[in-house]
Amino acid sequence: MKLTCLSEGGGFYSPPCHILQWCGFTLLFECPVDLSALAVFSPIPTTGSSSSDNNSLIRAVPWYKTVASLHLWDPSSIDVVLISSPWALLGLPFLTRKPGFSSSTKIYATEATVRFGHLMMKELTFMHMEYVRYYGPDKKLGLPDWMNWTNLERLQMELKSIVLGEKQEELSGWVPIYSAGDIKDCIDKIQPLKLGEEVCFNGTLVIRALSSGLDIGSCNWSIKSPKGSLVYLSSSVFGSAHAMEFDYPLLSGHDIIIFSDFSSLDSMDYDEEDTNKCALSGESEDCSMDELSGNDELEAENEKMHFICSCIVDSVKKGGSALIPSGRFGVVLPLLEHICNLFDSLNMKVPIFIISETAQETLALTNSIPEWLCKQRQKKLFSGEALFQHMELIKEGIISVHPFLCSSDLLEIWKEPCIVISPHWSLRLGSAVQLLHRWHADPRSLLILEEGVHDELALMPFKPLKMKVLQCSFLSGIQMKKVNPLFQTLRSKIVLVPQSLRSQFTRRESELYKIYYYTKNEIARIPSLKEGFEAYLATDLVFQLQPTKLPEKNIAVARLKGKLLLRKGIYYLTLPNKQLNMSVKPSVHWGTVEPTCLLRALNEKEIDGSILHNENYDFCVCVKKPAEALIEVKGNKIMISCEDKTVSALINEALNSVCNRI
Amino acid sequence: MAIQCLILGAGQEVGKSCVVAMIGGKKIMFDCGMHMGFSDHRAFPDFSLLSSSNDISCVVITHFHLDHIGALPYFTEVCGYNGPIYMTYPTKALAPLMLEDYRKILVDRRGLEEQYTYENIIHCMNKVIPIDIKQTIQVDKDLLIRAYYAGHVLGAAMIYAQVGEEKMLYTGDYNMTPDRHLGAAQIDRLSLDLLITESTYATTVRDSKYLREREFLKAVHTCVAAGGKVLIPTFALGRAQELCILLDDYWERMNINVPIYFSAGLTIQANMYYKMLIGWTSQKIKDSYTVRNPFDFKHVCPFERSMINLPGPCVLFATPGMISGGFSLEVFKQWAPSDKNLIAIPGYCVAGTIGHKLMSGKPTRIDLDKDTRIDVRCQIHQLTFSPHTDSKGIMDLVEFLSPKHVILVHGEKPKMAALKQRIESELGIQCEYPANNETVLVPTTQSLKISASKTFVRNCTTELDGDERIAEGILVMEKGHNAKIVSEEEFLETIGAERNVVSFTGWVSPLAQ
Repeated sequence: MKLTCLSEGGGFYSPPCHILQWCGFTLLFECPVDLSALAVFSPIPTTGSSSSDNNSLIRAVPWYKTVASLHLWDPSSIDVVLISSPWALLGLPFLTRKPGFSSSTKIYATEATVRFGHLMMKELTFMHMEYVRYYGPDKKLGLPDWMNWTNLERLQMELKSIVLGEKQEELSGWVPIYSAGDIKDCIDKIQPLKLGEEVCFNGTLVIRALSSGLDIGSCNWSIKSPKGSLVYLSSSVFGSAHAMEFDYPLLSGHDIIIFSDFSSLDSMDYDEEDTNKCALSGESEDCSMDELSGNDELEAENEKMHFICSCIVDSVKKGGSALIPSGRFGVVLPLLEHICNLFDSLNMKVPIFIISETAQETLALTNSIPEWLCKQRQKKLFSGEALFQHMELIKEGIISVHPFLCSSDLLEIWKEPCIVISPHWSLRLGSAVQLLHRWHADPRSLLILEEGVHDELALMPFKPLKMKVLQCSFLSGIQMKKVNPLFQTLRSKIVLVPQSLRSQFTRRESELYKIYYYTKNEIARIPSLKEGFEAYLATDLVFQLQPTKLPEKNIAVARLKGKLLLRKGIYYLTLPNKQLNMSVKPSVHWGTVEPTCLLRALNEKEIDGSILHNENYDFCVCVKKPAEALIEVKGNKIMISCEDKTVSALINEALNSVCNRI
Repeated sequence: MAIQCLILGAGQEVGKSCVVAMIGGKKIMFDCGMHMGFSDHRAFPDFSLLSSSNDISCVVITHFHLDHIGALPYFTEVCGYNGPIYMTYPTKALAPLMLEDYRKILVDRRGLEEQYTYENIIHCMNKVIPIDIKQTIQVDKDLLIRAYYAGHVLGAAMIYAQVGEEKMLYTGDYNMTPDRHLGAAQIDRLSLDLLITESTYATTVRDSKYLREREFLKAVHTCVAAGGKVLIPTFALGRAQELCILLDDYWERMNINVPIYFSAGLTIQANMYYKMLIGWTSQKIKDSYTVRNPFDFKHVCPFERSMINLPGPCVLFATPGMISGGFSLEVFKQWAPSDKNLIAIPGYCVAGTIGHKLMSGKPTRIDLDKDTRIDVRCQIHQLTFSPHTDSKGIMDLVEFLSPKHVILVHGEKPKMAALKQRIESELGIQCEYPANNETVLVPTTQSLKISASKTFVRNCTTELDGDERIAEGILVMEKGHNAKIVSEEEFLETIGAERNVVSFTGWVSPLAQ
């Protein structure tokens, strides 16, 4: 088994990317696009204002930064693509539109991932169009001007490192946006899965998506093959207030875990003390199950929500508006409920606008997918309540949803202070840009920003910035202190962990499992665990067996010939459709030949022979009648010399009868 | 080895579906229904035939109809079964409505003694584990189950069960053709030892649905255009929504503004569930739903009891179906005597109900009891479309799956006999239709678990014979170990011997002379 990490990703919105070669197949995990790199482009300025133009950002229709190393792989060599979340799907049209992409490549993602991912792709292309409308469409083919080296050299260090990558190798990852046709072709190629649904690829790999708890539709992968089983563990959350819970039972007992949760690289709340405590308490299994319950996570996230809500209320009370550019359902949906409840209890009436071309569809969809939500939300279905409150809130007019900022019906009801939920967290796309131009100098206003990689850069074009910025980090993966207890619970034999997280593994090498470390763009080779394969032998074939006992070995053996099938990663030996000639192959015999036994056997076939001894041989048998022949025996080599073919065959038969054979 | 099936209900009849199958040593109960035609002990399956209610590994319910779930609260709360219960999300959401509705009719209207209480229903339903279509559930170490889409009603599922290499499918009720709001049943090509299928329409072949829909719409339209009232007695869930989509759409197209009413809050509430569960309807409806939910009916409004005798035309959906009592009977008493009115009866009616009497002949009066006589002058329209598969659909499914054995349940005895004949003669598959409380043993082939060496598998890939991969090797059997199949070389290695190499020559060496 070979694993190549193509990208470690960066935060919630751009998941890592790997290639796995196993059982003769090449599997691609995730196909993300790094939308945080959009920060290198200058946002579209508002008409009439020139203040925001004095920045050194690239002024052009944006291109998109995909995983550069993925372009080194021949797309036709990829057999299977597995996508764990809607965000890991956003780069897929770039891959599927490549001419070399094979139609026989299977792409699997959960149904919810496909539906939300599809909406996000549409939204991305809608928002991108604003740039095209402003700059006009690309006039020439090939690379845009900003990508030629003279222009690249002129870029600021920070921008340059985003465009080129730290090792100056990522320029090839930049590609122009996909079209509506690319999106449709891509979505049509995906086979959507339910959680826990088994699909079988090529009879060999049995693949299952299991809930990871990160967000609606996001999953981990369980893959079983004749060579063993593995788990691809993406960023996972144990306690979710909206998405289906992390699925432990079905993840446990696999041979190998590929740990691909890089979230702790980004989170700064890594706590030495916690880890030590856990290293001690992680010894017993009961304890570790307790720690993985996720109640602490739910509580912490809930507290964060309350804090954000109180900040919003403060701003609004002072007459300022709040802007929430976020694309996470796990943030937006609970926040809407919290803030509306809070306003209700304070008897405040503040308009809440959701501005996005796809918001209406997205919100409607979230209310009709109970199978993808956490137990608490499912309870609402069973008691006949709406899954999320937002549908009611929209009906009551507390929340209003609009495709564009400047749609006439929005302008009619627009009132400040207000709260706006807007794509896109990059602060380069969608209505967030115009609203930041409007509010950036207002110290009463509030911007709620998720903790990301290029915050400084993202806010640069909106300087001078007087509005308050509240940066929040939401739980985006497994906390380091829970990793060891998790590995123990899952009882795997081998764990693959990123080298970059090695320093955070304070625990000594466990005797329960072996750890391998993998590094970006290097092949990690994992030795095979299994000696043989699991197989089933059909009863009708068993009845045909003619076993011989080998008393000295205390075993029975039988020659077996049958049809070999591979179904769902398990071999089956069954009766062939047409009768087989069982004696096609010459039988195998072994063991020493007793000279006297051989003579007796020859005699029975009316062949007379006498034993000769010669220093070159163990012994020889000389035959005169019915034809001249010589049998020379030396160790396990036997030579029969005879002109008469019939006699030669008879001698062979006699020889067979005195040997051990099968 | 064998699968042992105890038919606790729906054997040679329609009603109280319940089959307990023992597969690979695990007992599974498929459905736990009640019989609507009885109100005494015959209404429930005879659970006393089970040695203990808790040697059952799990109960799986295929859909929310009472003849499939009606006895569940009794089995869990009164008989004390406390193992896992599985059903799909819609079934878990909608079943309590059905159960409580029926319990109320039984207790409050007919004044019968209740078999279980409202609290029993709630307590029982809380224990249910909801499942999704195609989700593979590991019930325990050995038993796995999986649901397949069955059409029929929202959330209906066929249930596949497997222990080791023994496999079976229980269909519940299913529909092989899509209807207004549900898709057709969908199943993988499973290799099954046993298929247990419903056979409601074992001998009927139905014509085009389009035609029947048009006839229905025409009948309703003619009636309301002449100022008549249309009564459609249905159960709250399923058929009501399908016909509502049909009528709502027709009203829109024909620009009709005669009101369509739903009796009681139940159906209104049911529509709310349908909106959340839209993912379980047909692809067509799912696709049309981006912003407006098709279960947000434009022309439909709730009905009050006081409106029964208001003048003017209207269409009313009233529960329960089959006019077996309750509100639909109340309305029927008022509307049946007028020849302007129309009673449209959708679907199957159990013997003994008024619906059944109306469908079997044209009665001019119905004696409800010795004091009440209803004159029936209204028109009767029978909607022959039903969410069950017809005989062609059953044959198609059996042929597609080609199981080793078929058991027919949920049908009428003579028709089942005819279908058994067809399955055995046309498809060459053994078929049975046991009566209630009978046990059937279905033999299964069992495979021997062995291990195969890598060389053995590698060698075989080179030996292709037509489409088949033929493998040859040596099976080594040792007491206390799994048998292992190896290549010749590996075999000799295991026993520590060397192969004797025999060579031939036609020339006799001079040494012999």
